[in-house]
Amino acid sequence: MDTPVNKKKLSLKEKYSYLTRDLAWEPSYQKKEDLFPYATYEGIKVHDWEKWEDPFRLTMDAYWKYQAEKERKFYAIIDAFAQNNGHLKITDARYLSALKIFLQAISPGEYAAHKGFARAGREFPGVGPQVACQMQAIDEIRHAQTQIHAMSNYNKFYSGFHAFADQRDRIWYTSVARSFFDDAMSAGPFEFMIAIGFSFEYVLTNLLFVPFMSGAAYNGDMSTVTFGFSAQSDEARHMTLGLECIKFMLEQDPANVEIVQKWIDKWFWRGFRVLGLVSTMMDYMLPKRVMSWREAWDIYGEENGGALFNDLARYGIRPPKGWKDAGEAVDHMSHQFMLALYQWNFGTAFHSWIPSDEDMDWLSKKYPDTFDKYYRPRWEHIKKMDEAGTPFNNFGLAKLCQTCQLPTVFSEPGDPSSLCHRETEYKGETYQFCSDHCCDIFKEEPEKFIQAWLPMPALFQAPLNGDLEAWMEWACLENGSDNGDFKGSHDQVSFQKWREMTTSN
Amino acid sequence: MSVVSRKEYIGVPRDRVENFNGNQLVYVGWDNHLLFASAFLLFVSPETVFRDMVQNNVIPLIGADPDAEKIDWDSVTWLKGNQPWTPNWDETLAANGIGHKMLLRFKTPSLNSICG
Repeated sequence: MDTPVNKKKLSLKEKYSYLTRDLAWEPSYQKKEDLFPYATYEGIKVHDWEKWEDPFRLTMDAYWKYQAEKERKFYAIIDAFAQNNGHLKITDARYLSALKIFLQAISPGEYAAHKGFARAGREFPGVGPQVACQMQAIDEIRHAQTQIHAMSNYNKFYSGFHAFADQRDRIWYTSVARSFFDDAMSAGPFEFMIAIGFSFEYVLTNLLFVPFMSGAAYNGDMSTVTFGFSAQSDEARHMTLGLECIKFMLEQDPANVEIVQKWIDKWFWRGFRVLGLVSTMMDYMLPKRVMSWREAWDIYGEENGGALFNDLARYGIRPPKGWKDAGEAVDHMSHQFMLALYQWNFGTAFHSWIPSDEDMDWLSKKYPDTFDKYYRPRWEHIKKMDEAGTPFNNFGLAKLCQTCQLPTVFSEPGDPSSLCHRETEYKGETYQFCSDHCCDIFKEEPEKFIQAWLPMPALFQAPLNGDLEAWMEWACLENGSDNGDFKGSHDQVSFQKWREMTTSN
Repeated sequence: MSVVSRKEYIGVPRDRVENFNGNQLVYVGWDNHLLFASAFLLFVSPETVFRDMVQNNVIPLIGADPDAEKIDWDSVTWLKGNQPWTPNWDETLAANGIGHKMLLRFKTPSLNSICG
């Protein structure tokens, strides 16, 4: 019989140190720069990786325990949701449009972030960020999975949910989010951290998740709310990591400031363009609204973001270059973008509709300086065409921006009645842009952005050669059920019928 | 620097004119007429006569705006690449110097029914 040994339990601090910092080693037969070939080419200088402060003291075993607990709760609620006809408890089937856009454009972004963080965890030479990035990589794939599971129940009953993964790659309005993540993942590890860890997770995530999750709660969508709660504690961790990473870069070498500033300028604007989708959800798609896009921007953008950039000012960082233009655009973007989504709704895998008189009154109250002056007359005209039996479809496909890949629907700063057109030439080719900021991003790295796959020009190349029907099939868009006006859609008809069945004989 | 990379890196433009089977893309926008959310993407041959492009590709797309039927095309002013420019209506796009993915804008200052 062995002599019993009293095993001393490790203190939390020891455990943390063994399971994170202690995992690193000094290479003996390979050069460090061969092991980490992507660590320096972006120009960021790091003198001492030991100065990295782990933003959260979490070890893998504790992480596993917390996440498993959350998963159990999450799936219990999802089951209950399915068993209790959760798909009929939403305020109205119009709400589903917001959900479909989220599933097609944003959830695949979580998966892309997972891949990106897994790669960043491999490429950073310091063990602190390696461990933190690996944990975030697992978070992100969990988020993609739980979002897809949470929404899968709707797929049994409604159109537009069935092909989100293909639509993420192939449909035009999702390419703003796809190209955002593609751009980040094809950058070096430091730029990736500014793009996703800082700009997306820190500056923009509240604008995305808070209104979206509140929208779900207001509109009776318990499965999405449950996902939101399950992700919330992770998001807090992600924000801390993004901030730690930017502070680390700024503190390591004064020459880093200029590079980081350039990335902040770029990634704020790219993220702001992605948020264009969210602005339409908030102002137009929620049957029961939470707040206007303008109100959300004032709280989560202007106030929180403003405080953050004040905090970073001591490093010599200023607010992003597009900050002022963004603030002005907030009064216009949801209207401009929604009018676009409506007129091209033959090509959207969600439904849109002409806002009711009541909706328009709400919009003019929330946007007193812009809605009645610029956007109500357009909607009124579209309504008149609809009533005359000639609904408005714009069969002239759109000019897209080479950088953000959105249709160039945004107006000139200071002149809401003119579209903003920017153009540049590179190696004899002409390129079009939606704004000065997207044009500037291109000019920094033209060799990267000339390769952009733009959905509309792609439609006119082999193998589709301009065939709209073939395009729909390729984009998994079921004509007559996924797309078009909400009025008369399967979603509207089924929802109404099923609701009546639950409340009458 | 045209791209941040570890070694020399040359990109291939995705939308080169060779990929369009002898045709090209032209963008046409009607200034201050924002019922149409963006400039139109037209898919045309460089041998198309300018007048035919307007007649066959542009006019069928703009009918939803009540100003469309009031346009006096002789007094319309044009921009090419955001610079003032005068088209030759009876020449081809190629002869007019309208290259692949270029933007043309036309202005009708007296007409503004919906987006005044």
